[in-house]
Amino acid sequence: MSILTYILGVPLLAALLLAFVPRNYRVVMRAGAVFATFISAVLAVILYARFNVASAEYQFTQFIPWIDSLGIAYHVGVDGINVALILMAAIVAFAAACASWDIQEREKEFYILLLVMAGGVIGAFASLDLFFFYIFHEFALVPTFLMIGLWGRGEQKNYATFQITLYLGIGSLIALLGLIGLCVYSGANTFSIPDLTAHFAKNPMAVAVQGVIFPLLLFGFGILVSLWPFHSWAPMGYASAPTATAMLHAGVLKKFGLYALIRVAIPMLPDAARVWMPILAWLCLGNLLYCGWVAMRQKDFNWLVGYSSVAHMGFVFLGIATLNVIGITGAVLVMVAHGFLAALTFALSGYVYRQTGTLEMSQLGGFLRRLPFIGVLLLMAAFAGCGLPGFANFAGEVTVFFGAWKVYPAVTVIACWAALVVGAVYFLRAVRAMLQGPLAERWVHIADAAHPWRKAPFVLLLASLLIFGFYPRLLTRHVEIGAARILESVNRPATQGQPAVTGLGATSQLMLRN
Amino acid sequence: MNTLLLSHELLVLGLGLALLLAELWVPATARRALAYIAVAGVLGILVYSFAALRSGMDPQYAFGSMFVLDGLALFFKRFFLLATAIVLVLAAEYSDRFKAGAGEYYSLVLFALLGMLLAASANDFALLFVSLELITVTLYILVSFQRNRLTSLEAGVKYLIIGALSTSFMVFGIALVSGVAGSFSFPELAATVARYKENRVFLAGLVMLLAGLGFKIAAFPFQIWAPDVYQGAPSPTAAFLAVGSKAAGFVLLMRVLFTAVPAVISDYAWLLMAASGATILYGNLGAVPQRNVKRLLGYSSIAHAGYLLLGISALSQQGQSAVLYYLSGYLFTVLAAFIVIGVVLRHLETEDISGLAGLSQRSPLLAATMTISMVSLAGIPPLAGFFGKFLLLKSIIEQASARPGYLCLAFIAIGGVVISFYYYFGVIKAIYWSKETPDLSPIRIPLPTRAAIYVCLAGMFYLGMFPGALVNWTNEAVKVLKF
Repeated sequence: MSILTYILGVPLLAALLLAFVPRNYRVVMRAGAVFATFISAVLAVILYARFNVASAEYQFTQFIPWIDSLGIAYHVGVDGINVALILMAAIVAFAAACASWDIQEREKEFYILLLVMAGGVIGAFASLDLFFFYIFHEFALVPTFLMIGLWGRGEQKNYATFQITLYLGIGSLIALLGLIGLCVYSGANTFSIPDLTAHFAKNPMAVAVQGVIFPLLLFGFGILVSLWPFHSWAPMGYASAPTATAMLHAGVLKKFGLYALIRVAIPMLPDAARVWMPILAWLCLGNLLYCGWVAMRQKDFNWLVGYSSVAHMGFVFLGIATLNVIGITGAVLVMVAHGFLAALTFALSGYVYRQTGTLEMSQLGGFLRRLPFIGVLLLMAAFAGCGLPGFANFAGEVTVFFGAWKVYPAVTVIACWAALVVGAVYFLRAVRAMLQGPLAERWVHIADAAHPWRKAPFVLLLASLLIFGFYPRLLTRHVEIGAARILESVNRPATQGQPAVTGLGATSQLMLRN
Repeated sequence: MNTLLLSHELLVLGLGLALLLAELWVPATARRALAYIAVAGVLGILVYSFAALRSGMDPQYAFGSMFVLDGLALFFKRFFLLATAIVLVLAAEYSDRFKAGAGEYYSLVLFALLGMLLAASANDFALLFVSLELITVTLYILVSFQRNRLTSLEAGVKYLIIGALSTSFMVFGIALVSGVAGSFSFPELAATVARYKENRVFLAGLVMLLAGLGFKIAAFPFQIWAPDVYQGAPSPTAAFLAVGSKAAGFVLLMRVLFTAVPAVISDYAWLLMAASGATILYGNLGAVPQRNVKRLLGYSSIAHAGYLLLGISALSQQGQSAVLYYLSGYLFTVLAAFIVIGVVLRHLETEDISGLAGLSQRSPLLAATMTISMVSLAGIPPLAGFFGKFLLLKSIIEQASARPGYLCLAFIAIGGVVISFYYYFGVIKAIYWSKETPDLSPIRIPLPTRAAIYVCLAGMFYLGMFPGALVNWTNEAVKVLKF
């Protein structure tokens, strides 16, 4: 069996086993979840290390026929793009399980749902079959609803629960129509991603049909990624969610829609992609500017982080819209970096909320004195969020800008401004409001994370950001091979459209020059 | 004629009569055991069916060509047997609410089952009508079985009046269709039907016939009875209506459309599409404000009739096979929901959603079962409801290149699914985080009911995760239909 099956199977199996453990064994629940996600994360690191960067083929594949008459099979495998995402997902899942110590009631249900969510999203990244790709992602829908509803917080909890469920439902159903259309009109009677890609390379789909299916995929998956103007579910959902759910959702699940655009929509429907990408490039400014501006106006730290995570999706959309190797490589880098960053900020805000019971920034202040460890991490996360060099986010964002400069200069200028100025304004405002200034009388009792176990998830996530920030080649050499392969079909009629900046190593050279 | 062809029907008839007689001698305290005997008998017939008959058999005829035993008939016979067995378990659980005549209840269920088994084999308007009346007349009694409850009687009367109306439509339709074509038999009709494409009398008859069947499946605009009847009927009857009666309507609809008049209906796909879209929207929008769980399921059953009509309106083998798949998933899902309702809300006067509050503490098994069945009804992977909807959507998207209207229909369908998230998740919300302080006494579940719950759960997960075997079987079963 492929190592991938273990990475996605261990959390799901653990969820199944925990269902049979009596509910008063609380420690077993927690230890089981932490242990299962730990195994999964270690296997993901091994997978990443053993990945052969010289090969552009899918590696570690496993194929089990499932429904022959429909051409559906359990088929997993990794190339440079999803190997990075799986690494990120598994590490964030482990951190989320570790950070769930504040769950004090109905632990059994919570950890089962958490494990189902984690296994599902890793499965979605690993799948090379559109059917499994879709259903693995849908594993998260019911857990999201229950987790926000049962362990969530805030007055708008009920509203947020239904809003996030309905939005995610609409997005995934529209995308499902697109995926079914893609398979039906390919004429290949298969749901296999590699087979379909190869099939479309030989006989591309009629441009008119592409024109119908592509928007379904773009907006269906776009809703899942909170593409402006379909973003309103995200900040409210995250603000109401328990810490671990927000970490997994904002960090990992949201990347599924982006990954689907890169893996499915662009290589299979290249003609429609060329038409729609300039539109996407302008829409991404909605994320970057509008949501960034809204983030500046937030009074609650969780809402601020929620809006900032919506805003950051704009960089990824811009990178995808470039349709060149540098841009898409950058997009994947931002996806990985933002996964760690979003998880880290939501873990920190969850910690603070647990101590204070509020995240209203006007009531907080001076926490750096009482919480040196958490405070420093919050400061670092804010720096990463502003895109300071040394963090993985900088590497990703700057790569996106290099890729986008030739294709959409106007958008790039505005996006750069949004990244440097808008991001810095709201993050630094939050830092000033929460960490500096006088410490109010009522907060003298709050305590820093003391136990190494409590510190572990934060340290792990920050370390990941720093490692990939200082040595981005660790990521790029994996990702760019995959990105180049994705773009083969787009670049085939080379006379049409923009002359894309291609060629392996171009990104690395740019990165080294910095 | 080979009597073996009628073996399912004869065995069920014998079992029903035996129960009716047994009630004379069995003391009132042992009535519950009678139900379990009926369950064992029905399961025995199901086992016999699998042992004695191959699902890929060639069609065989009895009474001329009036009765047919083919792959499709066999599929539905097994479907009805399984559904009835689970409904009887629920009826045993519910029987303490019947003031008298629990034994008769089980016999009537078996006679309705007999009607369904005959409907699965109907190949002629005469048998179609007789089998449908056998089902409907027994259901009139089953719906109003709680004589001391006003709502039950009200439901019975409503069902009777609207049922009688639809029967008259159907008789009129049959008279016109067979009067014009000169035959009752589906195969004979199919041979000559192309001639009557333009014949207005024939078409009017066909529309009336479809109206009569539309009543059985609760399709728009003949759905008006469903919410009231589901709400008032005893839970086992409502479950039987939702699964058995609806499936019987669909098998007859498929026989009529695809073996009797295929050449005509291909021109009228728009009619089916319109009915499907309207049914989906009506059912889902109607369910949104409901507070009574059974009424909610009544509206949801209308919505599901609409989804099933998607597969019929696709006019393709894929669509027909998807209908069969969807019905199978629906069987486990809806029966699971009704078992939970029957067990939990048995002692409440009204079956309000708030009655489910605190269920997660009272019985985690029932809470999980209700949640999973709601999730499956909503069509979320990895459960049976999702895969059924996936097949239905796939079947209409396949037709969309020829007729773009199918794409609109697909959008209406997903719109309906999103609306349904709202009320299905509302039920889940009531189970897990309702604010009202509930009664927290644990709920005792008898062993047979527990077994039925496990069967339903296994069915939902199996059909959702390992659909291969059933897909092959349904593909095989619909081969006898045209298109």
